[in-house]
Amino acid sequence: MTDLQIVPTDSKLPLDNSAALMRELVAHLRENRTGLREEWLRRIFETELLTAMTREEVFAEATSVYDSYVEALETRTLETLQAYAQNLSERIIPRGVETHEVVGIVLLLRDVLARSLFGKYHANFKVLNAILDAYEPAANSIAITVSVGFVQQRERIIREQQEAIRELSTPVLQVRERLLILPIIGVIDPQRARQLTEQLLRGIRATRAKVVVIDITGVAAMDASVANHLVQTVEAARLLGAMVIVTGLSPEIAQTLVNIGVDLGKMNTVGDLQGGIEEAERLLGYKVIPSEVANA
Amino acid sequence: MSGEAVATEARVVVEADRDIVTARQQGRVMAAQLGFSPGTATLIATAISELARNMLLYASRGEVLITTIENNGSKGITVEARDEGPGIPQPQRALEDGYSTSGRLGLGLPGVKRLMDEFRLETGPGRGTRIVVHKWVR
Amino acid sequence: MQVPILKQGAHLIATVQSALTDADLVQLRDAIVEQVGRTRARGVIIDVTALDVVDSFATATMRDIAQMIRLRGARTVIVGIQPEVAFAMVQMGLTLEGVTTTLDLEEALEHLGERTNGKVAR
Repeated sequence: MTDLQIVPTDSKLPLDNSAALMRELVAHLRENRTGLREEWLRRIFETELLTAMTREEVFAEATSVYDSYVEALETRTLETLQAYAQNLSERIIPRGVETHEVVGIVLLLRDVLARSLFGKYHANFKVLNAILDAYEPAANSIAITVSVGFVQQRERIIREQQEAIRELSTPVLQVRERLLILPIIGVIDPQRARQLTEQLLRGIRATRAKVVVIDITGVAAMDASVANHLVQTVEAARLLGAMVIVTGLSPEIAQTLVNIGVDLGKMNTVGDLQGGIEEAERLLGYKVIPSEVANA
Repeated sequence: MSGEAVATEARVVVEADRDIVTARQQGRVMAAQLGFSPGTATLIATAISELARNMLLYASRGEVLITTIENNGSKGITVEARDEGPGIPQPQRALEDGYSTSGRLGLGLPGVKRLMDEFRLETGPGRGTRIVVHKWVR
Repeated sequence: MQVPILKQGAHLIATVQSALTDADLVQLRDAIVEQVGRTRARGVIIDVTALDVVDSFATATMRDIAQMIRLRGARTVIVGIQPEVAFAMVQMGLTLEGVTTTLDLEEALEHLGERTNGKVAR
């Protein structure tokens, strides 16, 4: 197989030394930084990616991404890029940037740079091949690192948001020092019940609560397993040194509790939430002023 | 993510009481990594503690095998406690609340059974005992 | 693993530092009973903040300790049960009935310091 004997200016490149090739490549990408970055940005806007961000923001991020990309090629390490990708993801995810956009722009950059390498080394097929052999694996690692980093961040943020929403929808309220109220409304399934309990117990520890009022006025019905769970919650709170007062117990739920073997005499129950709070305050040693006097 | 199952596994030989601690700590770590809430991970660790102790008390030696599995979005943990001891006499009664063969300490099996999604007990004189429990992350 | 037991006034404070094996628990029980006898302590506080699992053996041992030192006229307070541990215990049906439990040391000392206070009844 005879090669064409055109002698290009970079024939002095050691074709079997990928480190040297990489250095050559990186130098080229640095020299042409402005032009290549412009080309990349043009393509990003053309394919309508990152529409959630302004042009200025895209420009600023693109500059950082380009430099990190080239640095990763140069140092052959991905740590810095990974850290940057994570940081970038944290910033752009709340802006609504999606996975396909991030993967898209990284691939576009890879392509823009590859084309540039084609342009420079096309005269000598052997050299071009060697350069691409050095470039491709590195460029692909980078693409994967950035994309996977983005996806992981996204999943983490979604999980945190879901958790935050769940916490918001099951509030444990601190109304006074050492006194917590947990109003329960609606239908409780075992999973929500478990979550409520975990939150309550953590709340007891965090606020050093000594009395907890669990109000179930808003609960229409409770099956045996959830009723059992309520009893367990009371017992667990006691292990943390807190007393529990249950308020708003309907006759139906009282019956369910009796059916599962709960001695209602041993459970501290009060008719309504207000009464429960007053009882709690009494237990904590606060003086309770009847509302007529307080409002006079 | 094309639906491949991912699994991790740990095996703890239980022949001294510090192995009970090892088994339950291993279980708690794996449960937490799988995504169980801290409360549920502790629960799983407590169940492992009971199963491991039973083995030590009644068979002097046994093995705890903890496996986690992740498959197409479902995640779960399986704990298998097996020994070659004398077997549990009257296993039906052992699964009822309040039953105890050693006097003070119950086997704790009813408690474990209640809290796991799946529970299987195989035992018999001369056949040893094998208890397998499973819990899904919800 | 030795659990350090300190004397504070008329009380003993045993602070668990890490996971306890069954043998450690038995050793703790014996040490507490011995020290209560020797020092005539009126109360024993067992700090279990560092325990990440409390199972049937630990529960039974704590109840035993309470019973044994009650015979010597001393009270037991278990302090610092973690929320996750408390939850696991109740779900497994493990109770510390008859033993006082508080959130922290301050509460425990307050409880022991006040004989008849008419406050939080258990």
